[in-house]
Amino acid sequence: MNVGVVQFPGSNCDQDVVHVLRNVFGVSARYIWHKSSKLGPVDAVVLPGGFSYGDYLRTGAIARFSPVMSAVQQFAENGGLVLGICNGFQILCEAGLLPGALVRNRSLQFRCEYVFLKTLNRNTPFTLKVPPDQLLRIPIAHGEGCYFADEAILAQLQAENRILWQYCDVNGNPTEAANPNGSLLNIAGICNARGNVAALMPHPERACEPILGSTDGKFIFASILAFLTERVALSTPKPEIFAGAKDHSNTTPAKNLEFGGKGF
Amino acid sequence: MKARIIITPKKAVVDPQGKAVQNALLQMGYKGISAVHVGKYLEIELNGIDRETARQQIDEACRRFLSNPVIEDYHLEILD
Repeated sequence: MNVGVVQFPGSNCDQDVVHVLRNVFGVSARYIWHKSSKLGPVDAVVLPGGFSYGDYLRTGAIARFSPVMSAVQQFAENGGLVLGICNGFQILCEAGLLPGALVRNRSLQFRCEYVFLKTLNRNTPFTLKVPPDQLLRIPIAHGEGCYFADEAILAQLQAENRILWQYCDVNGNPTEAANPNGSLLNIAGICNARGNVAALMPHPERACEPILGSTDGKFIFASILAFLTERVALSTPKPEIFAGAKDHSNTTPAKNLEFGGKGF
Repeated sequence: MKARIIITPKKAVVDPQGKAVQNALLQMGYKGISAVHVGKYLEIELNGIDRETARQQIDEACRRFLSNPVIEDYHLEILD
């Protein structure tokens, strides 16, 4: 199992994600520099949080044209799992891999606090390990996390169960008071139509160890890893051929031990 | 030759910056201000291409990169 974590200039949650994958989950994770036009053998890609290119022009607008993004796009088109966190969400929207956009928080404040998330669809590679009816307590840290899309897109997201997480209060109600940024429909995270690209503004990688105050973020990484492991188990292994990102139904995993065993 | 681009938030998108500036103006005592929209201004210097090519090229860049059509409108002018 290999997870690639993309580093853009200005990414600042890349090391946290790699730490969680390696030290909390014990899986192989490595950095992918934004200038790289290839992802190498990876089973999933994470676009981490941060302030790529200083948020110049618009959040994610410049990162979206980094050479690595063509490879991410191709990986996603082939069915590979892509998770965007915070700035990663903004980049995926700019790249058109996810619909809508993230705009300035309605309060104009940078919000840095714990929120509660309600998981609306537990039937995705990103949510399948979230226990039913359990709210996730995960921190946010953003100034531009207000999700916007036109009514047609919002209706489509709802109809296709593509709103994965909503900001809610402690009782699971998606109230206005529980919405930290003014996101439409209290949207904290969504996925694409195919279900293999998802993103959220909260930071699950900051909530994977008890010392940090919450371990609820683990459910999201555990979901991805469980999905991939199952996929690995179901498919016929062909270690010599890399095909880490084929269709879900017919996939050869990337069993590249060159990356898997070394622990970067 | 210069391209001048003005990018403004779409009317449907909440513009908290505009609202905050509007409130400040009203607080300062300025009258008759019914709305403020905060956008961006870009100036691009061009040479070695003709006006029409410049327009087409920058117009495309506005749609693909300089503005985000989901949340913004843009106005492009080419000046000599």
